[in-house]
This record gives sequence, structure tokens and C-alpha cells, in this order.
Amino acid sequence: MVLTFGIFYALNTKMGAIPPLGKFLNPHSGVWQNETNESTSGEIIIPGLKEKVTVHYDEQMIPHVFAQNEHDLYKAQGYLTAKHRLWQLEFQTYAAAGRLSEIFGKGALNYDRTERRRGMGYGADQGIAYMKKHDPETFRLVQDYADGVNAYINQLNPEDYPVEYKLLDYEPEAWSPKKTALLLMYMTKMLAARDKDLEYTNVLRLVGKENFDLLFPDFFDITDPVIPKETDWSFIDVPQTELPQNYAVLDTITETIEKPNPDNGSNNWAVSGAKSATGNPILANDPHLGLNLPSIWFVMQLSTPQHNAFGATIPGALAIVSGFNQHIAWGETNATRDVTDWYKIEFNQDRSKYKYDGAWKDVSVRVEEIKIKGQKAFLDSVLYTHHGPVVYEKNFKSENERAGYAMRWIGHDGGNHQKTFIALNKAKNYDEYVSALQHWNAPAQNFVFASTEGDIALWIQGKFANKWEGQGKFLMDGSNPANDWQSFIPQKFNAHTKNPERGFVSSANQHPVDENYPYYVFNDGYETYRNRVINDYFNSKEKFSVEDFKALHNNNYNLKASELVPYMMATMDASNLTNEEKIVYDEMKAWKFNNDIDEVGPSIWRQWYGRLYNMLWDEFDNDSIALAAPYTYQTIHLLKTQGDHKFMDIVKTKDTTETAKDLFLLSFKKAAERLAEIKEEKGDYKWANYKGTYAGHLLQALPAFSRFDIPIGGDRNIVNATSENHGPSWRMIVEMTSPPTALGIYPGGQSGNPGSKYYDNFIDDWAAGKYHSLLFLQSDKTTDQIIGTQTLTPGKNE
Amino acid sequence: MSRNIKNFIVTIVLSALLSLVLPWWSIMIGTLLSALFIPLKKAAVFFIPFLAILLFWGVYCFMLSNANDFVLAKKISTLLKIGGDPYLLILATGVIGGLASGVSAILGKLIGALIRNQ
Repeated sequence: MVLTFGIFYALNTKMGAIPPLGKFLNPHSGVWQNETNESTSGEIIIPGLKEKVTVHYDEQMIPHVFAQNEHDLYKAQGYLTAKHRLWQLEFQTYAAAGRLSEIFGKGALNYDRTERRRGMGYGADQGIAYMKKHDPETFRLVQDYADGVNAYINQLNPEDYPVEYKLLDYEPEAWSPKKTALLLMYMTKMLAARDKDLEYTNVLRLVGKENFDLLFPDFFDITDPVIPKETDWSFIDVPQTELPQNYAVLDTITETIEKPNPDNGSNNWAVSGAKSATGNPILANDPHLGLNLPSIWFVMQLSTPQHNAFGATIPGALAIVSGFNQHIAWGETNATRDVTDWYKIEFNQDRSKYKYDGAWKDVSVRVEEIKIKGQKAFLDSVLYTHHGPVVYEKNFKSENERAGYAMRWIGHDGGNHQKTFIALNKAKNYDEYVSALQHWNAPAQNFVFASTEGDIALWIQGKFANKWEGQGKFLMDGSNPANDWQSFIPQKFNAHTKNPERGFVSSANQHPVDENYPYYVFNDGYETYRNRVINDYFNSKEKFSVEDFKALHNNNYNLKASELVPYMMATMDASNLTNEEKIVYDEMKAWKFNNDIDEVGPSIWRQWYGRLYNMLWDEFDNDSIALAAPYTYQTIHLLKTQGDHKFMDIVKTKDTTETAKDLFLLSFKKAAERLAEIKEEKGDYKWANYKGTYAGHLLQALPAFSRFDIPIGGDRNIVNATSENHGPSWRMIVEMTSPPTALGIYPGGQSGNPGSKYYDNFIDDWAAGKYHSLLFLQSDKTTDQIIGTQTLTPGKNE
Repeated sequence: MSRNIKNFIVTIVLSALLSLVLPWWSIMIGTLLSALFIPLKKAAVFFIPFLAILLFWGVYCFMLSNANDFVLAKKISTLLKIGGDPYLLILATGVIGGLASGVSAILGKLIGALIRNQ
């Protein structure tokens, strides 16, 4: 008897990383039930639908949804997203909310605490409250989406659960509007929470103001901003906030919370009819995000009799995010503005109050209950000030009994972001595009636009504090009211451009504007290479075609290397290289700065520059405090113009004083040594092998569900921004014919099921630089390009 | 028909029927019942239901997976570190089912013996 129940228990219980084998493997309800493609036919009853919804599938498994009204449309979107991507849909919101301990146990607790202290749940609550109060109609649609997701979940039996639930042994829970709000917070975190205020504070204390300004200038010596330099700003009549008396708080901060990937960025551009080979404006977008499976994007066509939109959606959010309708096309890149600031808080004895404006102000407490699989829940009391949550205090990454650091983040301000996408999906012209953008607070984006009427435009949209010069670069004194955000830049004064003379608009996460824009814009890690390659390309000839757009998406030119390598080769003393080193040297000399898959130059460059950078900024290699080293552009600028600056010296070598020239040689030798090892291990160091691009499953790139060694060139700071696990996550080109003609592809597949052939079927074409024609249906009539049709119908009693 | 074959067939039929209403451990109930009513002797007590469920699950898995070109079976086989071979995964699944039902049959036989002795 004991043996029988013992075996039962062993096969029915998850042990460590091993799934419950009986439950997991049995053919009745285990993974064998997931060994299938998705159904694309039949009739499905969805309670609460007002009318019938037709869903056509094309051969790429893209659903084309024809609903009779918006309520039914977003219900159907929720239902279909859940049908194809349920596990990812839910998992992303667990990650956003800081709930991973519920799935993984105690190992995820530190992550969860960080997300709670960042105020992810708090921000989502603000978003929901704002929507309910100011825009109940949009809230109703968000609820419709939730109803659609739940209609799918309610139809499931345990055998139908996606593989990941079976593997981790848990069940899907009901969806709610708050989860949509959490997803938007997740995007805001990913794209607008990479401030370095605390690191900069440490750097400032370490090197002094003069050196800080040299290493981290507000503007580089070259700027090719998103909004063209010649833009006239005279219409702006609200001045920048005046500079108060202020001193940065020179605290030492040992450890900071994890930042999102600094490569999260994107390209977009559009050419006017006059600059287009066919006379129609053409628009392109490619957001650079982590390369994951299931992919962050899910492509759909969403239509009602009043509108017809097509493009990439994000599971969890309503409507098309990057796409087009019959009249306009739009896409986003990250605007990378500093919308996170930090304040030092001084508490009273029992930490119930904090100092502000010469008096004591009440602290409020938000108790975060973090459930942990197999254990008692963890309670974390997060203290809130009027600035925002006190992320760091004695209970979290700090030892100071009576002080803490509070975060002021635009993500906590609430807002109606969902409205922007819903309105863009229906917009017919420039004015309606501008009006849709007004609701967008964060993460600030460069929204590119083109219309069949012939307009092109680009708005940098977000809610930006009108800061005084230098505000928010460093930790500020939270008790001084002058340090608060005083006001916001009026939305109509956000930087934008419509039909510029040069005939094109573009953005690639570079500086939004030049020095002439009348508000303070701090260099928060702006890109300085992709933008110049893109703009030079569009200035290089008169007319551009869709083929030119494809070529630019796939452009592998390494401008960064081209600006330093020739200088290093000319400067460094190569007379004493060994024979092996000489071979590498000659390979480098022959490189034409293209990061193509068969080149060795990109690998040598990576090794060489990486080592050079670390040698140069050895002053910043410090485990006991959190520091940030200078950006690439300024690094290369200093190497070329101030080669004998004291920063060039390697601190460890006490009796010698190195200059840039010495560093070039030292780092080259180290690089050559490592490359020889790689050659030994892998046979060669051609770029494709060296880089080894992969699309990793969301569960820490679980090898069985991931794709490795994808043969694609490019790298970060290159227009084809594909590095190891990061890159163009959705490539779209739309020509503004009537109706628009579009191409699109992403490194994944429509299905979230690793057992489906549609799970990763786009990857090879994506890597090869190919595109798929997007089938923009103009009516719900079946064509021969439709592989199956599903009908969603209201419940029988309704 | 020999008792062994009878038990073999009844085990599969009962388990298949119960699997329509019960979770994966339906096979444990199915074999327990068939061991209760069709008791076997010696090693056959374990091995007949073991083979029956191994065959039942093995064939069922093969049918499901074969229809989808073994796409997922290969991945799960990689996941469980048995080399990415779908057939090995089918065998492993069968053995797990067989093992569960074999011990369950032993329990059934014991219960049967207890009842009959009273």
C-alpha cells in the first residue's frame, strides 16, 4: 500500500526542476495532448458577444478578425490572444507584478521584492483608477478584452493547458483589466526606467564636476537629432523652470536595483511621396527587444465596419501597437527620456514621517504580500512619500536606519495609454493621429506616421517634467520643494515634425532635439550610430523604394568601428607583434566594417574594443559602489582627442603611465590571445559563430524550447541591431497605396505552443532578411489565401 | 482464454474507460480493479498490467505524436535530457505508466486476497 501511494505521490508531485512525471507525461492529459497545431475551423460560443465574429486564418496563422462593433472586436482579440499565447500572456503579468515566487518558489523572491518596491502594482492601480474616472468607455473595452481571455480559459480542461503550465505544475487564473495595466507598466519599465541617477551621484563624488561633465556631456560634439536641427521652436511660449539654489546629495550608494537592457531601442522612418520611387509615402519600423520565444509580438488584423487595422499586437494590450489601417501607418521607437528621479528621504524616529519643506510629512505604507510556492507568504512594507515609493531603505539594499531613497517615476502617474492605440487603430489622418497621441504618458515614444493623403510626421510623445537645468541627473534632497517636479511640458510643445523639407522623418533612440529646444533634455544614454547611418542613407539620393527600405533594415555597417579602428591602426606601435598577432592585425586591416556573418572583423572588433573599454575605465571597476562608465561615443571621442588624459592610465600599474596609444596595443594583444583560444575551441571566429544569435524561451532560454545559432549579422549600434539575444523583434514596411501594401516579419511564430510548427517558423526567413506579404483583407469574404475560418458566436441564451 | 490475456485486455479497456472521467491515475484504478477481479499469480501480477499499460500508453502517445511529426516529443525528450529521441520518450512514458499500474495491481491483488480470506 505504501509503495503504491509512494509511486503515485512521486509521479504526481513536482520535485525540484523535474515536473511531476506521471501528470506531465501521461498521454491523457500530459504534454502529449499539446502535440498539435492550432485549430482554425469550427464554431465557438463566447458568452457576452453581441454579434457573430468571423476569424479567417492565413497560411502564416495570422488571424483576420471581422467583428460588427468594438466590444466584440476586443473580446475576440482577448479570446484569440489567449488561444495562441495563453501562458506567455499570463506569465508576463506575473513578472510585471512581482509574483514569480508563486510559480518558482523562494528563488524569485528578490526579483519580486524589487518589482513591488519599484511600485509596479501601485502604478497599475493608478492607471486603472484614472481610466475608470476619466474614460469609462475605454475601461469597458479593456474589460471586454478580459472577458474574451476568460472565455478561453473557462473552456479549458487541464489537458488543454499550455506545456509550460504542465512543466511548472500550476494553472491559469482569471484575467482582469488590472493585468492589462500591469503589462503597460512592464513596457514602461522596459523602456523608461533605466536612469542612472544614483550611479552618477557616485561618479560625481569620485571624479568631481569637471571630469563628470567631460565624461557625461549633455550633448556630444555631433548631434543628428530625431527632430531636425533646423526646426523653429519660436511657437513655444512656456519657459523652462528656473534654476534654484541646489546641491546634489553626495551619498555613497553600494548597490542599485536591476535595470532593463540598455539595448532596448528601435528604428523607424518614413519618406514622403516626393522622396518615394512610387510617389506613395513609405514607412518602416523595427523595435529592438529581447529575442524571445514565444515572441513579444502577435500579428493580427482587427476590423469592424468602421475601421480596419493590421499589425503587431502585444499579448495583454488591446489593438494594434505597430501597424496600419486603410488610411495611416504608424510605428514606435523608444524616446529614452529621463523620467525617473531619485530623492533622499530623512525619516523621524519611528519612520512614520519624513522631512519636507521644514516640517514633517506623513509616510504612507503599502503592504505587499508576496506569495511563495510551498511556503508562507512574505510581507514587505513599502513606505510611500509624495515623491513615490522609498525603494531603498534599511529593509532593502541599504543600511541607513533613518534615511532612504524615494523614486519619482512617470510610470506611477496613471494615464490612459490604452486609449492611444485604440484611437490610432481608427485614425484617418494626421489630426486624428495627433489627437490619439495626447493620451500617451509613458514610456515616451517616437511615434512615426505616414498617411495615404501624403503626410509624414514624427511626434516625441510622453509626459515630461519641465525640469530646471540639470534636474534629476543626480540624487536630490527630497526635503527641498524646489527639487520636486514643478510642472510638465505642455503636450503641444512636445518636440515634433510634420512634412519636413528634407522629405523624410526618422528616429533611432538618438537625442530627440538639439540645444535649441527650449526645455532641459539630459543625455540619458542616447544612441549615436544608427541614426547617422539612417539619415546619411536618406540624404544619399533622391528617391527610395521598398527594396531600399529592406536593404536599410538589413544594413550591417559598423559606423562605430569605422570611427575608431583606422585611428587605432595608425596610432599603435605594431612593430613588435608576434606572427599570430600579425595575422589578426591583417584581418582587421582588410575589414570593410560590415558585420556580415562570414566576416572575422566584427569578432576582432568586439574583442578589441571590449578589452580597450575595460582597460580605459578601470577606474569604474569597483565592487563596493554602484558606478556607470561613460558611453561609447564619448569613450571613442576621448581616445581620439585626449589620448594622454589621466583616465587613460591603468591604475594598477603604479610605475608606468599608459596613454591611449599604449592601451590600443595592450588590448589588441589580449584580444588576439582570446581569439586564438576561440579558434581552438570552435574552429574559427567568423561573426555568425562568434555571436551565436539565439531566440530564448521565456523560461530562462530553456534549451528544448529555444532556437540557437541563428545565422544573422549585425550587432548593437548597427541598423540591423541583432546582437546575441537582442534585435529587430518586428520588421514592418508599409507603402501608403490605397489600401496600404505591407510587409512584415518577426523572429518567432504565431503560436505559443512549442509543439506547433507555427511556434518558430518565421525565424529562418527573418534571419535571411526576407519579409512576408501581409494579407490585408478588405472584406470578410473567404479567398484562396485563407486556410481556415472560425466563427465566434454569442451564447445560445443571449 | 487464459487468465493472463483476460486480465491484459480488461486492464486496458477499464483504464481507457476510466481515463475519460478521471485524471492520469485512472490507469492505477483500472489495473487495481482488474487485479481485484481477475487475480493473477506470481510475477504476472505485476508484469501483465505493466505490459498492458506500457502498450496502451505507448500506442496512444505514438498516435498523437506521429500525427504532428513528433515536433513536441523531440523537444520534451531534449528537455528531460534523454537525447531528443521521440521513441525513447514514448518508451519512458510507457514504462512510467506500466510501473504505476504494476504496483497498483499488486495492491489490488492484496486487497482481493484480504476480502476472500474473510
